Amino acid sequence: MERKKLIIGVIGADVHAVGNKILYHAFEAAGFEVINLGVMVSQEEYIEAAIESAADAIIVSSLYGHGELDCRGFREKCDEAGLGGILLYVGGNIVVGKQPFDEVENRFLAMGFNRVYPPGTTPETAIEHLRADLGINSGER
Amino acid sequence: MSAKAALLIDFGSTFTKVSAAGLQSGEIIGTAAAYTTVETDVGYGLATALAELRRQTGNINFATRLACSSAAGGLRMIASGLVPALTAEAAKVAALGAGAKVVKVYSYELTGEDVDEIAEARPDIFLLTGGTDGGNRECVLHNAEMLAGCKAEFPILIAGNRSCAAQCEKLLAGREVYRCENVLPALGKLNVEPAGQRIRELFLRKIIYAKGLSREAELLSGIMMPTPAAVLCGVELLAKGTDRQPGLGELVAVDLGGATTDVYSMAEGAPTRENTVIKGLPEPWAKRTVEGDIGMRYTAAGVLDAVGSQRLAKLSGLEQDAVEELVRQIERNPATLPDTPQQSALDFALASAAVEVATARHAGIIEEHYTPTGQVWLQTGKDLTRVKTLIAIGGALIRGKDAAKIAAHALHDPAAPQSLRPKSAQILVDRRYILSAAGLLAGEHPEEALAIMKKEIVGDAHPGVPAIYIHPPI
Repeated sequence: MERKKLIIGVIGADVHAVGNKILYHAFEAAGFEVINLGVMVSQEEYIEAAIESAADAIIVSSLYGHGELDCRGFREKCDEAGLGGILLYVGGNIVVGKQPFDEVENRFLAMGFNRVYPPGTTPETAIEHLRADLGINSGER
Repeated sequence: MSAKAALLIDFGSTFTKVSAAGLQSGEIIGTAAAYTTVETDVGYGLATALAELRRQTGNINFATRLACSSAAGGLRMIASGLVPALTAEAAKVAALGAGAKVVKVYSYELTGEDVDEIAEARPDIFLLTGGTDGGNRECVLHNAEMLAGCKAEFPILIAGNRSCAAQCEKLLAGREVYRCENVLPALGKLNVEPAGQRIRELFLRKIIYAKGLSREAELLSGIMMPTPAAVLCGVELLAKGTDRQPGLGELVAVDLGGATTDVYSMAEGAPTRENTVIKGLPEPWAKRTVEGDIGMRYTAAGVLDAVGSQRLAKLSGLEQDAVEELVRQIERNPATLPDTPQQSALDFALASAAVEVATARHAGIIEEHYTPTGQVWLQTGKDLTRVKTLIAIGGALIRGKDAAKIAAHALHDPAAPQSLRPKSAQILVDRRYILSAAGLLAGEHPEEALAIMKKEIVGDAHPGVPAIYIHPPI
């Protein structure tokens, strides 16, 4: 079976590279084909990469607290670019300060993200969700 | 004369240039030029040039005859890709690297109007790309289907998503179709060599016959390539050297022509500052770009549009009105050469501005960003700031007395700190335009070709004229 394709990267003016590398290895090990755009990735770069490679999901990381601002309008741009229905995940330290996570999650879900993760989420959680959302049997590679 | 020699021919759009290179001595024995006669038979112009060459050198028995050509419009290509900054850009890089003149690049899905426009433009080759391997299929398949209905005949080279290359070929059945590896097999992995190779083969097999060069081709012992591809081979060899002779190392070359300005960089272009994040497609080590709107004659108005009359006035010392009037004159009559002091002043300004614009578009740019974790640099394209050699090519640069002064506009400009052009470089001038000849020779006789370039371009081959100009570091 053809491997499902993921676009990953750290959005905005964020240069946190370590988590990005860990995610790359975790997703690859889980059997996905991962296109890693690295740090300081703009919405347009995720979208262009997803178009050209026919990706199945875009996974946005944000560590520096400005994630909400950086992610605004992302889903609308995907729709405009013909990527309607592509899976959008976001995770990391996506907002500033101690806010109740369910509120944060609701705001990002309202922005069109399919999955929203708080700090401390393990890659396995996202992998499980990806398998469910993309209809992959967990036993299958 | 019995020493082994090679005849190197450059069929240009205006002139057919011939050079005789001594293979034992590793030097140019003589050069000559005559008007290109492409309407009748290029052989006439060539015979005239050869007669002039023989007048200088006596009778020579040539061991090899090699030629390149940019006559009859050169190798005209149209390319299509999916995303403008990704496969469409990779397709353009591939075509330019093969020495083509890229008439137009389309991205996303071709429309019926686009196809009419393509039929009208009649490219020599169409490069069809789109999608990384295993990536998007819809766009390249759609475009293949659209091209299948195109009224004009031209070879189509498929270099897109390999998963559907065979399907594209099927859609184009009945047309002349070729296939090669994807120009962008994965994001972040540029693969333009296979397409470049196929383009050069097609040029050799098809194009030169269609352009009335065939009769001559039969007399040649080898490679016909587009002239820019020959220049690229020449500068690449000059930079890299051979096993026996060192090259000059990384370099930038600017070829300022009447209609276009070509820029070549033989350099890795990796960041030279810490905390730099690279954006965009990976860059080929040997890169060529062409500015189709920047040149000394046919596109003088393009230079004016690009920099404005104020800049040209400052560079020439003329009034803005005078600049505009003189550019209009050139536009009306592009064949004239300057003969008044005003025209010469304008030519100096045009050449300087053309070099400035073309190199700024070729070189990468760097932007400073302040992030919550500190200062970061974002680099797009090649960082050429540490390149130490700049080569000036082309009539305007060779004829003018101010070649080095003009070429210096290819260097770093404190007023445009974001442009990653060489900070300070030794400026060399290809006075006898031997780079294309040396590039032709490079395939079979690299040692001799390199020796010739070193003598002609680097060494003091022309007593009385300093061969090396040093631009002071800024």
